[in-house]
Amino acid sequence: MRRYLLKVGLAVLVACGWSSAVLAQNTLAANKVFRFVPHANLAVLDPIWTTAYVTRNHGYMIYDTLFSEDGKGKIQPQMVQSYSTSKDGKTWTFKLRPSLAFHDGKPVTSTDVAASLKRWSSRDAMGSVLFGFVEQLETPDVNTLRMVLKEPCAIVLEALGKASSNVPFIMPARIAATPGTEQIKEHIGSGPFIFKADEFKPGAVAVYERNTKYVSRTEAPSGLAGGRPVHFDRVEWVIIRDPQTQFNAILAGEVDMVEQPSFEQYETLKKSPGVKVDDFTPAGFQYVMRFNHLHPPFNNPKIRQAAMLAVGQQAFINTQVGVPELVKPCRSIYPCSSVFADENTGVFTGVANPAKAKDLLKEAGYDGTPIVMMRPTDLAAITKLPLVAKQQLEAAGFKVDLQQMDWASLVARRAKKELPAQGGWNMFFTTWSAQDIDSPLSSAMLNARGAAGWFGWQDEPRIEDLKAKFARAHEGAEQKKIASQIQALVFETAAFVPLGQYRNPTVLRNNVTGLLQTPGIPVMWGLSKP
Amino acid sequence: MLTFLGRRLLAVIPVLLVVSVVVFLLLRLSPGDPAAVIAGNNATTQDIAHIREQLGLDRNLPSQYGIWMGRVLQGDLGYSYYLGKPVLALIAQRVEPTLSLALGTAFLAVLLAIPLGTLAAWRMGGWLDRALSAFSVAGFSVPVFVIAYGLIYVFAMQLQWLPVQGYKPLTGPQAQGVWDWARQLVLPWLTLSTIYVALIARITRASVSEALSEDYIRTARAKGLGEFSVLLRHALANAAVPIVTVVGIGVALLIGGVVVTETVFAIPGLGSLTVDAVLNRDFPVIQGLVLLFSLSYVGINLLVDTSYLWLDPRIRH
Repeated sequence: MRRYLLKVGLAVLVACGWSSAVLAQNTLAANKVFRFVPHANLAVLDPIWTTAYVTRNHGYMIYDTLFSEDGKGKIQPQMVQSYSTSKDGKTWTFKLRPSLAFHDGKPVTSTDVAASLKRWSSRDAMGSVLFGFVEQLETPDVNTLRMVLKEPCAIVLEALGKASSNVPFIMPARIAATPGTEQIKEHIGSGPFIFKADEFKPGAVAVYERNTKYVSRTEAPSGLAGGRPVHFDRVEWVIIRDPQTQFNAILAGEVDMVEQPSFEQYETLKKSPGVKVDDFTPAGFQYVMRFNHLHPPFNNPKIRQAAMLAVGQQAFINTQVGVPELVKPCRSIYPCSSVFADENTGVFTGVANPAKAKDLLKEAGYDGTPIVMMRPTDLAAITKLPLVAKQQLEAAGFKVDLQQMDWASLVARRAKKELPAQGGWNMFFTTWSAQDIDSPLSSAMLNARGAAGWFGWQDEPRIEDLKAKFARAHEGAEQKKIASQIQALVFETAAFVPLGQYRNPTVLRNNVTGLLQTPGIPVMWGLSKP
Repeated sequence: MLTFLGRRLLAVIPVLLVVSVVVFLLLRLSPGDPAAVIAGNNATTQDIAHIREQLGLDRNLPSQYGIWMGRVLQGDLGYSYYLGKPVLALIAQRVEPTLSLALGTAFLAVLLAIPLGTLAAWRMGGWLDRALSAFSVAGFSVPVFVIAYGLIYVFAMQLQWLPVQGYKPLTGPQAQGVWDWARQLVLPWLTLSTIYVALIARITRASVSEALSEDYIRTARAKGLGEFSVLLRHALANAAVPIVTVVGIGVALLIGGVVVTETVFAIPGLGSLTVDAVLNRDFPVIQGLVLLFSLSYVGINLLVDTSYLWLDPRIRH
């Protein structure tokens, strides 16, 4: 018996020693591996096929762009070495930086760029506007792309340096030949990381390796522009859906960064040892309330205005976020502190005025038709907004029929143009990253082309005309004036209602440094661990 | 025996056929549109209509069913609308974590529950019996995620003996050995086995106590057999049928229904694949998974029923 116990004891000791050696080896390599928990499951890998932010962020890992937005919001060359415009403004010539190469070793050529931009424009609203101006794309040599326009266009750089979905990522021409309505099957870019398709497990982990052949710019990183210094050999995107598990994992040191911890944990995380809260996207996000312009009662602009006056931003952001330092009311349809933000919001004050709303309702002849308001029960990011809206609208005299459903049911119903009582809807809520709505041409909510427009189907040719003017206007004061005119129309017609801005900080282990502030993208370059 | 097996295997066909029709219809008649989910927030109704056409969702229902079944009969479960990958490949990726979780939990539960239940029945009313009853109540009442968080807090956060989350494969190029694989699963196994220990122990206790009251037990004792032999070879052996039934049902449930545990421990199993597919209305994946779960239920039931023949010679099919 004694000998037996001795043998067992020895075996245990050996096993512990062996596992310690393995652990030690893993620990030594640990500082070359960065583990990141994204805000959502990375399921789709094609950043042109989908606008999902997590896929966009994946795109920044492996692809590069012709231009990028720097820390001050200016568009800077990225893959482009130099560019010029003809005197008449109709011909843009872009020269690529030398030695750019894809992960399969093939050089990046102007043919790849042209194909990538065409694919991007087939899906992206701003890209589509840009390509509406394009007469043709020429590739006079492997490093030169020439864009010939039908008329001068003010948004060329803004479009090519677009930061958020869909980003004009550059991929090999043979991959970019895939129609924009189909997903690409290979994921090869020229960016600072290489996607390890053989290690990708949807729902579990996505793995990237440092691209040792990446030709970084020499400038210091600034926003998405400049150099992209990579300090890790391997980056793992670890999919952890449960906020409590994310919290435990970052405190235990099993992961290095959690992109969007839950608001409820914010105060605890700030005080927890070993971790720090930071913000890579100070511009944040904006909540929005959207009407269905097709059917009663919101086919009546006065009733939409009454709803707009009935709601107050503070209640929405306080209830949904719950952390005062992370929220701020912002009346503008463009994120506050963005270039086109404007305090002139007409009758909209952002402060609830139920009495005025009631008067307007009476004036408009509201007959008590219930508003079918859709509430997504499974989307924590916005699930509380309809509850606040119901309360505020009812205080102003509206009748509200709050219907609960999961997000998939909501987006299906949102696409229906039938009467609310026959499966349609009157109102829904959503949230946008600041970068998606900081320009009239990128904001989906300003698609006012009626039946061909964004959900809600506002038919307002004046907004569309102003957007066309914006695309032709000179950058600066002229564009700002048009943007303000668009905003004024939005409030005059109560196209939608901005419900306030918020930030969602990230959390990192204390030993992680170099987090870059970007327009909403958690970039893995610049980060390091000792 | 062979006739019995043959008849049961043939019976699988109508079962799967009915399941396929029911799941197909339920998905298409429920609210939600995969095309709308895929199209995203920036889309227009034209975008959604185009995607519906691409996915073949604009065809009539019999046509959609026929196309899908035609492929299934050739062993092709189709492609995920959302991921663009073959459903079979997606399922294959998730089978190992699910089986690791399910079989490990079942093994641990059986290892603990059967001896505990047997001893409780042997000394009914004693301290072990009372402790087991109390444990069973707790095991049934306390939600799985509460147990999970409690174990994580103690063993992962405070003692730092075990990891908080994740799964390390046992096979394949990313495998790092049995120890790493098992270490990740200790807490999930303990979490899930709580309820199964409670359930199996209670069933064991009831069955064994019933067996202990039989005449053959009195005969065995009268013949001078030791208590250990009486319990194991006479009481437990005769009480095995209901115990095996419950274990079989438990394994079947574990294969398809441990979403909460998978979520808390970030284990990429079939449960979380199912939830993702349902939330995204990824019809081919949902359909494929339901067929798989049906097949596994049928298979496990067949194994359980076959085991009766071995456990109880009185049963004749």
